[in-house]
Amino acid sequence: MTLSNIVQSVNETLRTEMRRNANVVLLGEDIGRDGGVFRATAGLLNEFGPQRVIDTPIAEDGIIGTAIGMSVNGLEPVVEIQFLDFIYPGFNQIVSELAKLRYRSAGHTPAHVVIRAPSGGGIKGGLYHSQSTEVYFTHTPGLYVATPSTPTDTMGLLRTAIRNPDPVIFFEPKRVYRTVKEELPADEEFAIPFGKAKVLREGTDVTLICWSAIVHTCKEAAELASKEGISVEVIDMRTLMPFDLETILASVRKTGRVVIAHEATKISGFGGEIAAQIAERAIDSLQAPIVRMGGFDTPFPYALESTYLPNPERVLRAIKKAAGY
Amino acid sequence: MLQVIRADGEFDPKVEPDLSHEDLLRMHRYMLTVRRFNEKGMSLQRQGRIGFFMESTGQEACQIGMSYCLGTNDWAFPSYRDPGTCLVRGVPLSALFDQIMGNSADENKGRNMPVHWGFAKWKMISMSSPIGSKLLHAVGVAYASKFRGEKSIALVSFGEGATSQGEFHAALNFAGVWKTPVVFFCENNQYAISLPTRRSTASESIAIKAEAYGFDGVQIDGNDVLAVYKATKSAIDKARSGGGPTLIEAVTYRMGGHSTSDDPSIYRSQEEVEMWRRRDPITRFTAYLMKKGALTEQASQKIMAEIDAEMARVVKEREAIPPPDPSTLFTEVYSEMPWHIREEAEEFMANEADRGQKGGE
Repeated sequence: MTLSNIVQSVNETLRTEMRRNANVVLLGEDIGRDGGVFRATAGLLNEFGPQRVIDTPIAEDGIIGTAIGMSVNGLEPVVEIQFLDFIYPGFNQIVSELAKLRYRSAGHTPAHVVIRAPSGGGIKGGLYHSQSTEVYFTHTPGLYVATPSTPTDTMGLLRTAIRNPDPVIFFEPKRVYRTVKEELPADEEFAIPFGKAKVLREGTDVTLICWSAIVHTCKEAAELASKEGISVEVIDMRTLMPFDLETILASVRKTGRVVIAHEATKISGFGGEIAAQIAERAIDSLQAPIVRMGGFDTPFPYALESTYLPNPERVLRAIKKAAGY
Repeated sequence: MLQVIRADGEFDPKVEPDLSHEDLLRMHRYMLTVRRFNEKGMSLQRQGRIGFFMESTGQEACQIGMSYCLGTNDWAFPSYRDPGTCLVRGVPLSALFDQIMGNSADENKGRNMPVHWGFAKWKMISMSSPIGSKLLHAVGVAYASKFRGEKSIALVSFGEGATSQGEFHAALNFAGVWKTPVVFFCENNQYAISLPTRRSTASESIAIKAEAYGFDGVQIDGNDVLAVYKATKSAIDKARSGGGPTLIEAVTYRMGGHSTSDDPSIYRSQEEVEMWRRRDPITRFTAYLMKKGALTEQASQKIMAEIDAEMARVVKEREAIPPPDPSTLFTEVYSEMPWHIREEAEEFMANEADRGQKGGE
């Protein structure tokens, strides 16, 4: 049995998709000769050549904008943004162009671009190598947003992203890039549809909703809670746009208590959207106020990173708050 | 600065491009059509029959000269001041009116503000309003053509205002590094809304900026349709044969305001406008054609009458077309409608049906 981590899963998925489809090209900073700063594209330049694995100048607007043009003219670009925190020079291209091309051309000239971006804290990256800003993108109609937490989900969702004709912002949980290992499906058609959450652990007392790297923190917290007699159901959203409301509501109707945990700042975080959806549709099932546990509403710090990042104890406190109401 | 026809219509036969009388007359007719289209668009907006308009009067030579060089497989990324590019590509006049009226016959379902051109069938990608962003799309399109070993090129036009954007820099930088078959056509019409060119850039010209990206920049008389044609043709030929990008700066003038929401008398003098009126691209080209014996005053008037009649007929016909159906609000956001949009659409349509039954509210 060979275990693969998330970086290897990205690499393997890109490789198989590029072998399968000659229109898939990669663009990004240092993705060719260097294999990417996280090595997610290692070896691909050698196999596919510089026309398909393009080392670009450092300009995210240039990378995303040219990828849009390539896509309109038949290619299927997968962009790597070195760190999610560097995506903002390309924000206009994403929000004004990529997200709206299908709509404003009434479907005639859609752009199919996947943007991969390592997100979240935990690598001693300070303000600009740590953020989790998925809501900038869920707030923009026309984009899909994927937030896997494991090697297998990364493979399944990235394959769906590459084959999906719509633009996808693909958040990779860089804190657990190499720490979570699984045996990957050998099937080169293995794909996970968007909008299907995964129940990681069944429980009856509290529903704990999460995505991306913090999923692993939440699993630990659920284990701690069970030792204190609280049965927690852990749901990994896997994609935020679209998001799987059915799985959430089914769980909430069972437990009546909800904790939403995300690494992104709490104010205007996606937890707010989920909380509102639950309130609109299942308020009668609630036995306690919904508890949101996000990153602090501050910029991401450097020296105090481990204090800032939600740990299992903080998630446990949130679980107890919901359970003890 | 490249010039073929002087302001008085005199010309140097040694630099004339190789165009038949038929081509020259077709170009002339397109220029007149654009002039009338602009007048009609402004008038429709002033009468409240369309919501917004941006005229391109004074820039007809740019639009027609550059697009006349394109082959059917080439890609065009016109600016909002290039309705003429659409016409030369083959887009019918009726489709231009469908676009500015935003009616249900508009191929983009009336989703864009007037003069935001996009006609997929003619290889023109729909445009957004933030300027400068489409330059990168042209570079990417050109990359894909080159990637497949095709001969098609991309022509992108924009105002000098767009050259202040970071995306202008990124586009020229990427195009230079990748040597993509793309032509950057800057219509320097002297104003970015109210900001004069000298306050947009301290460079001695727009064209000179190309030097920093490792390819040629040329400055031409943008009110001389033959200079425009000649320079663009040569840039396209170069791109097609693997020579990489070119930046063309066509020096021209926006005779009207930026848009229907703007009063240019606040920021520029009447003397300046009058000076440019004497360099009018249509007057000049008409004089040239007459000097060459390709056109007579009588023929010119007949063409104008034909255009006016067609314009009136098309406006009447297209104004009768209803607006898009409300259900089109929700389609083509994604290739498949996700549940949350479906839910909104169904609720909205049920309410609409309700309203309909009550005879409207």
